Amino acid sequence: MSNELKRVSISAQAVPVRGNDIDTDRIIPARFMRCVTFDGLGKYAFADDRKSHKGTHPFDDKKFADAQILIGNRNFGCGSSREHAPQAIAHWNKGIRAVVAESFAEIFFGNCCALGIPCVTASEADLQEMQSLAESKPATVFTVDIDKQTVSGDGKSWKVSIPAEPRAALLEGNWNTTAQLRSAQKEIAQVAASLPYFNGWK
Amino acid sequence: MGKTLYEKVFERHTVRRLPSGQYQLLIGVQLIHEVTSPQAFGMLRDLGLKVAYPERNFAVVDHIIPTDDRSRPYADANAEEMMQHIEKNSRDFGIRFFGPDTKDQGVIHIVGPEEGLVQPGMTVVAGDSHTATHGAFGAIAFGIGTSQVGDVLATQTLAVSKLKVRRVVCNGMLPRGVFAKDVILHIIRKLGVNGGVGYAYEFAGSTFDDMSMDERMTVCNMAIEGGARVGYMLPDETTYEYLKGREYAPKGAAWDKAVEYWQSVRSDADAKYDDEVVFDATEMVPMVTWGITPAMTIGINEAIPSVNDFPANEQASVNEAYEYMGVKAGEFIRGTKIDVVFIGSCTNGRLSDFAAVAKMLRNRPFLKVAEGVKALIVPGSMEIARQIATLGYADIFRKAGFEVREAGCSMCLAMNADKLEGRQICASTSNRNFKGRQGSPTGRTILMSPVMAAAAACAGCVVDARQYFNMRTACSCFDCNLCGERN
Repeated sequence: MSNELKRVSISAQAVPVRGNDIDTDRIIPARFMRCVTFDGLGKYAFADDRKSHKGTHPFDDKKFADAQILIGNRNFGCGSSREHAPQAIAHWNKGIRAVVAESFAEIFFGNCCALGIPCVTASEADLQEMQSLAESKPATVFTVDIDKQTVSGDGKSWKVSIPAEPRAALLEGNWNTTAQLRSAQKEIAQVAASLPYFNGWK
Repeated sequence: MGKTLYEKVFERHTVRRLPSGQYQLLIGVQLIHEVTSPQAFGMLRDLGLKVAYPERNFAVVDHIIPTDDRSRPYADANAEEMMQHIEKNSRDFGIRFFGPDTKDQGVIHIVGPEEGLVQPGMTVVAGDSHTATHGAFGAIAFGIGTSQVGDVLATQTLAVSKLKVRRVVCNGMLPRGVFAKDVILHIIRKLGVNGGVGYAYEFAGSTFDDMSMDERMTVCNMAIEGGARVGYMLPDETTYEYLKGREYAPKGAAWDKAVEYWQSVRSDADAKYDDEVVFDATEMVPMVTWGITPAMTIGINEAIPSVNDFPANEQASVNEAYEYMGVKAGEFIRGTKIDVVFIGSCTNGRLSDFAAVAKMLRNRPFLKVAEGVKALIVPGSMEIARQIATLGYADIFRKAGFEVREAGCSMCLAMNADKLEGRQICASTSNRNFKGRQGSPTGRTILMSPVMAAAAACAGCVVDARQYFNMRTACSCFDCNLCGERN
């Protein structure tokens, strides 16, 4: 795999988005999905939350304008399967390239992985520290290290984790699965032939 | 040691282990809709690929389709563009499209089963989180993102990790006026919105065994609201009876072979589960949501819980929910004035849902939708729309003041013109009460069963449908017209 696909570590400023159970309807409200490409979704990331916060949402805060790491809380990205959600944050400003949270909803996690955006989990207390640090010193450059499973910044380091399988895929640059899956045409045909319902129950 | 259905079906569909440790899994059926697929077809075109197994992919239009005026081009130019894309993509790639012209259009998770496309022992995916619905047939069914839709189009396979299996047992007969929707809301409340992350839920026990396929689909549909990407039940005679005669169901000699396979994928009696939880259906009551996640649910006669009843790390969300919904701890959702009623969606837009409502209204011509309330009946498919017309339900609904619309997702997520305005409150049979879900950034959703929603429509506020429809007193017989109950 070419080096540019490998996701070993990501260093950037971070934006804290506080709250448990932030669902994908909030990340990108459904009415903005009336489109046939993902281009242009970035400006609608958290559209309704930003409106209701009247300019105080972190995505509207100038000090986080360069952020490329999002720090959330528990069950981030729950709800709808829309890949428009990671696409929206990936297209916002400079683009979110990694997400740190206490836990993730599975489909969101998978969608991020399919786009090469690592999602790593940290403890509730460590996330509070990271979020507070990002808020008090927004210029801090955080490093999300997928290999070492750490997040570091401002001289501190926190233990994070990512399950072995997506970690391997990100480190090896295998997260774009299409080519890999296509390389098993023969095996696919064999399994299909072994399943009675694939063959008209013959 | 025996195996679960999940393990058996997973193993039979495993193509190989990938270098990452994930599994390459063969997919029996992919269902496609207009919102999450155009970019996937775009990817195929960019890579110059064909659809590997076009006969195993089926397309619908449901999210953006108007439920009133369907003349083309649609009034919403974005909707028209998405419609043209799904039409062209399915035509160019040789995929069957259940469009409005075919008379088989409808919501993805209603059309699939209706056509007999989803069968036990299959793997089923769709670019839609409510794909777990199809687990009701004893299939492994789960929602995926658009990149994965592209993978399935290109290879009919996916890279997936294996889930653990939690057996969610519910035994006992549901009390009168308590429905499948109440069961799943009850379960989500207890296990939490992220309690199922990493698990497939196997729903088992006499309560589910006694359910119709429609009811089973309502339960499995909302597994994802509890964090479980997969929810399934074991196939049985009820499943086979439902499938028999449907367009894509096996016929003749193939039927017997199919039943043999279907029986073989049932979990073994000595299967080992990673976890088990047990519920008692006889204690269940009609449920309503009070907050902004499907776990923020209470019994209809229960007060909204205090923030102190929740763990410290959930209290911020609870306070946010109070504020958004405009409610306080100790208050009741019962009595809340409502503006809109939505009866439909992939959760509760099936024939038996409308039958239960019609049964309540049929002998009560004095009941009308309350003044100032907008009440929508949105069938899950054109087939269901035909049936509710033929059976006379549509007339009953219209006479009572409901608007009876054409099939679509409609106000579940308001991607078409059906949406809340301002801070309106909707009594809704859909699956999500998230902030802004029903189209207004400040709109409010109260989830409940169809019979509860119908009672709310007529009362103008949230009520206990059991009392409102006199279920306890007026009916003590089997199969009478007064009770909407499961006899």
